[in-house]
Amino acid sequence: MATAAADADTTAAKPKSVRSCTICKSRRAALKRPKTLEQICKECFYSVFEDEIHRVIVDNHLFKRGERVAIGASGGKDSTVLAYVMSELNRRHDYGLDLFLLSVDEGITGYRDDSLETVKRNEIQYGVPLKVVSYKELYGWTMDEIVKLIGLKNNCTFCGVFRRQALDRGAALLKVDKVVTGHNADDIAETVLLNILRGDIARLSRCTSITTGEDGPIPRCKPFKYTYEKEIVIYPCSMNTLTHSSRMHTSNDWITSLLSVSFNFNIRCSSTSLYFCIYSPNAYRGFAREFIKDLERIRPRAILDIIKSGEDFRISTSTKMPEQGNCERCGYISSQKWCKACVLLEGLNRGLPKLGIGRSRGLDNDRNKDTKQTNGEKNIQSKQCGTLDF
Amino acid sequence: MSCNSGTCQSSCYKDEYSVTDQPPATANYERSNDASLRGGDSNGQNLCIKCKVNETMAATHSAAAAAGGDIGRFCADCFRNNLFGKFRFAVTSNAMITPSDKVLVAFSGGSSSRVALQFVHEMQQKAQKNFDASRDRSLPVFGVGVAYINESIIFPAASNDLNQAVNDMELIVSSLAPPEKQFFVVPTQNIYSPDCAVGKNQLTELVAAVSDATGKEDLLEHLRMLSLQKIASENGYTKIVLGTCTSRIASHVLEATVKGQGFSLAADIQYVDARWETPVVLPLRDCLSEELNTLCSLDSLKTIEVLQQPRSGINGLISSFVQLLQKDNPSRESTILRTAGKLTPFHFNRIPEDGHDNGHSASQRRQRKYNLKPNESLPPKSFCFICNSPLKKSSNTSLDGFENGGTSAGLYTAACSSCQYQILPKDPSSLEYFYSLLPKSMADLENDSRNNHNISVLLDLAQKMQWPAAGSRIKGD
Repeated sequence: MATAAADADTTAAKPKSVRSCTICKSRRAALKRPKTLEQICKECFYSVFEDEIHRVIVDNHLFKRGERVAIGASGGKDSTVLAYVMSELNRRHDYGLDLFLLSVDEGITGYRDDSLETVKRNEIQYGVPLKVVSYKELYGWTMDEIVKLIGLKNNCTFCGVFRRQALDRGAALLKVDKVVTGHNADDIAETVLLNILRGDIARLSRCTSITTGEDGPIPRCKPFKYTYEKEIVIYPCSMNTLTHSSRMHTSNDWITSLLSVSFNFNIRCSSTSLYFCIYSPNAYRGFAREFIKDLERIRPRAILDIIKSGEDFRISTSTKMPEQGNCERCGYISSQKWCKACVLLEGLNRGLPKLGIGRSRGLDNDRNKDTKQTNGEKNIQSKQCGTLDF
Repeated sequence: MSCNSGTCQSSCYKDEYSVTDQPPATANYERSNDASLRGGDSNGQNLCIKCKVNETMAATHSAAAAAGGDIGRFCADCFRNNLFGKFRFAVTSNAMITPSDKVLVAFSGGSSSRVALQFVHEMQQKAQKNFDASRDRSLPVFGVGVAYINESIIFPAASNDLNQAVNDMELIVSSLAPPEKQFFVVPTQNIYSPDCAVGKNQLTELVAAVSDATGKEDLLEHLRMLSLQKIASENGYTKIVLGTCTSRIASHVLEATVKGQGFSLAADIQYVDARWETPVVLPLRDCLSEELNTLCSLDSLKTIEVLQQPRSGINGLISSFVQLLQKDNPSRESTILRTAGKLTPFHFNRIPEDGHDNGHSASQRRQRKYNLKPNESLPPKSFCFICNSPLKKSSNTSLDGFENGGTSAGLYTAACSSCQYQILPKDPSSLEYFYSLLPKSMADLENDSRNNHNISVLLDLAQKMQWPAAGSRIKGD
């Protein structure tokens, strides 16, 4: 998968002479850029890759000077490269940002403790302070314990809902103004497709915006929105050769760790056991993922085109979007009376783990009405916890 | 889940249908029990979920049993009625066919267009019956023509295959009379000029100039539409009926998304597309291809598959992906259509109100019953001169970086980004040549009457090297 340069020789059968880089026109081309299929040298790839992200950050006004920004760090390839690029750009272009690493420990033995090691190494190597929030301390449950209780079905619901909130809470603890995540172009294209297949027009309308949750307390943004996964994977490799020339300020450790991430990714992709969560085979997403990869093989720009489509869809603003309120229990944003995490947690604590899982349209609607009424009458007479009918 | 947006009444039509069709416990259940008692050996599970009298097709027809979804749970009659009902609902609620119309059915020989032809024919027959029976004969019967676009110049087929196929189609059309239907077999190159030889050369060169396989296919699809438009306008047809079904639209939704045409997508998937000189209607929009295939085998409607081309490139990838999804979940195609149906349609996605059958208030009243979502009043500024899709204002900032190329830059901005990439030549110098290959007969076709998206105007301007801002091409209508 990562050997883009090797497998992408479908076009341009030029004579065998040494190709020079199409950007600088002087050095020898070393790789075929996955995004454009241009033959370029490592140096140019390196600068193009970073400049594109810089442009994205500047053009979209992602940050303001003096802001505190948390980088959602999972220890995977995307967030590791993001952490490096962010700190590099922050210094080079003097964004004036205070950067932090923020990790969530789901408590999955053999999966997360491993990647947390990577993040901890990053903290030391680059001096970006790290904060780890764990499900255990936030919710009193680790994912291992949850799986033990509810089995392998639906466990992703818990993990997903909890992680989203954990990240926000961690960010609040760090008192940051923004969270950046390592979602790349492939991820976003995949989400656009999934939302079409699923019929979720509300999510479809917002899944391509580079910054989300601007009305909430801590907005999130995705500087890698237009960055191809393939390029993220080969980026650390190309950097390796540059250490001695232009990158003297970059500590060797960093590159080693980036490389190890990339290297691990390559291995993990073939063996799958490490990179993908041990509790989630995730078949449906995988389906769409495979499709995106097929598209990319025929036409690399398809990924960008899907994102463009997602941005251009004519979705009328009058389409009813769910109202956003706050959870009555924990204060987190929620369209319902209680946020999903509280509902799930309540289920876990009461020994009814099926609570809040699956479709319960009728009940949900009823509850909706309840909330609206209470909102309308300013009469916060919520039901007793014991009688809540989910 | 799908119904919580509040604006989807129209698109939930199918859902409601199936919901009401379920036996809602009590009364119906007893009735079906009665029926099964009277019927003797048949038990409740083999009875049609609609009429609860006849056996389901799953039990009686092997073809239907193989098909997934709800098809097997109807009896043949109810299935037929249900399908025709969807067609009729689409036609009446969108004013697709009025008594004064002359409709041209695009017929490829495939099952979708075969059913479209059949249904239009049945509707015409009914209208004829009513006409014969009524005393004042105030409502005329709409006329029907059938057109087959012969693409053998691009997809060479064995000539006897082609002749056989055309003969079969002729037979199909003539067996549908009365009322008589005219059958057109028109080669694609006819969009150029009556002189076939010149057109042939130009067309082959045009197609050869497109290197991208997907782009070639899309260009041909557009040329097919131009051919249909030409036949319609030369022969006085007022509507063009396509057999585009849910499954095809679902694929198109993904195709458009993957090609970056998210903005114009909403224009292509509505019941009515009146951006053309002759409005195009899609009465089978709510029918799955599986259902249409089943109907064809059920009523032994002959289809001609010899000339069908498999889809290639990106389009091929997508159609196999959609098939896979549909196999996994039989309502997937409907869901995709429903998602895309929630996008805001364009002002031309309904039959223009004026200039059509002012005298027939009776039929108009009936058609007003179901109204489309309020369409946006502002017409888009311009259309892609190749695929005729509306352009978003800002989409002119080309990804390919043609900042200052004089005419060619202008030509590029007059196309949508998808056509820029997959149809137009990459090399700006060969662009002029590419233009010279485009069908010019369009100039006479949709000249001054409607001043939008006119290729001839575009070409003239291009030749004079005075390229205006893309926005000034349409003056509103």
